[in-house]
Amino acid sequence: MDLNKNTYVFFFSTAMVLVVAALLSFTSIKLKPLQQKNIALENKQNILSSVGIYVSREEADLNYEKYITDSFVLDSDGQKTDIDISSVQLNKETKKPKKEQNMPLYISNIDGSEKYIIPLRGTGLWGPIWGYISLDNDMNTVYGAVFDHKAETPGLGAEINRDFFEKPFNGKRIFDLEGDFVSIAVVKGGAKENDYHGVDGISGGTITSDGVTAMLKERLDKYLPYFENKMKENEVNDIMNFIDEDINLNDTINKLN
Amino acid sequence: MSQKKEALFSKKNKKLITDPLDDNNPITVQVLGICSALAITVQLKPAVVMSFSVLFVLSVANVVVSLLRKFIPSRIRIIVFLVVIATLVILVDEVLKAYVFDVSKELSVFVGLIITNCIIMGRLEAFALGNTPWKSFLDGIGNSFGYAWILIAVAFFRELLGSGTLYGYPVLEKLGIYNFGYENNGMMILPPMALVTVGLIIWVQRIRNKKLIEPK
Repeated sequence: MDLNKNTYVFFFSTAMVLVVAALLSFTSIKLKPLQQKNIALENKQNILSSVGIYVSREEADLNYEKYITDSFVLDSDGQKTDIDISSVQLNKETKKPKKEQNMPLYISNIDGSEKYIIPLRGTGLWGPIWGYISLDNDMNTVYGAVFDHKAETPGLGAEINRDFFEKPFNGKRIFDLEGDFVSIAVVKGGAKENDYHGVDGISGGTITSDGVTAMLKERLDKYLPYFENKMKENEVNDIMNFIDEDINLNDTINKLN
Repeated sequence: MSQKKEALFSKKNKKLITDPLDDNNPITVQVLGICSALAITVQLKPAVVMSFSVLFVLSVANVVVSLLRKFIPSRIRIIVFLVVIATLVILVDEVLKAYVFDVSKELSVFVGLIITNCIIMGRLEAFALGNTPWKSFLDGIGNSFGYAWILIAVAFFRELLGSGTLYGYPVLEKLGIYNFGYENNGMMILPPMALVTVGLIIWVQRIRNKKLIEPK
């Protein structure tokens, strides 16, 4: 048989493509549920490690129920909406105009104080980068941060998911002393000592590092209305507590008299 | 082809495995797969993982192409190779994502990069198309090992000298070498140093193995 006859070439390629397509779609459909489960668990794992709880993927579900007390979606004015948080896809939200974006937020309760976990999403050198950053209940101090990436250069940009890069974020602040939003920058060549808004960059991974800086600034900025409301709320609560204490104190003094 | 049935591990077949380790090494002699040797040898771990993936893809692709060798129209053979390789790579990727998620995260882009590895294409064209499945399988194994040891050797030096670690373990720090004022050589992390390291390996190899020196 002449293998190079056009009809045979057509026949061969059609058969090959059909076989390959069937094989691949079959595996894809069969394995999809397992893959999605892995991804969902990994997200929970990341959310937990942003507040300093490191668990294996298998235990992520249980611990998520235990530590994450609340999760909801905010609109651009920082108001709670009743959108289902699992339906919000950050990669799609970041492409929308600012006014139409929905911002997911997770709240965790660690040792009796609330931590606010903000999902992040941005671009590195080769593809998307993402992560979670958690803030203390003063809405200013970073409690923890985790990052991950799809395809950054191994040994360089890919190191953003390592402890030595993530740990220095702890204790940094997103507002300056005047209360203006400055975010946190990844500084090439290393951040200065006592710099509350900078962490060390990765040599050779500058574009990924800059991506992290841009991602933090862009994402945190969207939550500012919510932070402001919450801070005002906290202030009122503080004053109320103060007054309560005063009243109690007066009562005891009166009693003693 | 002789009519007599050849033993599974005859001298000739053994040579298929041992040859690519030295005399006919895919990287240092055939000069195939240099691109991946530059890209993923910053650390040992990705190099090891890449070696295993190439081992699987190359040996299976060799067998598949060898089985089909009497049916592949030569006019579209390169496209057929590409489809075979790409299918295998996607299958590997899907299975890893479902069953060993951590490994698949570790591999990330490399799985896709296997498709572009010239060694695979080169072996399919040069060997599998003209040989029996068993021989092609051995050829795949041999070439993967030949590729692997270079990759791992380069990664060993680059990780040790560039980051002071081996397989992520801080060897130099534990040995206390930094106390004497030693510093990691940041240049080792950059791709050009992989080329220099490969060059040094070729040099050493040719000093040892006179067969490789071209006659003047």
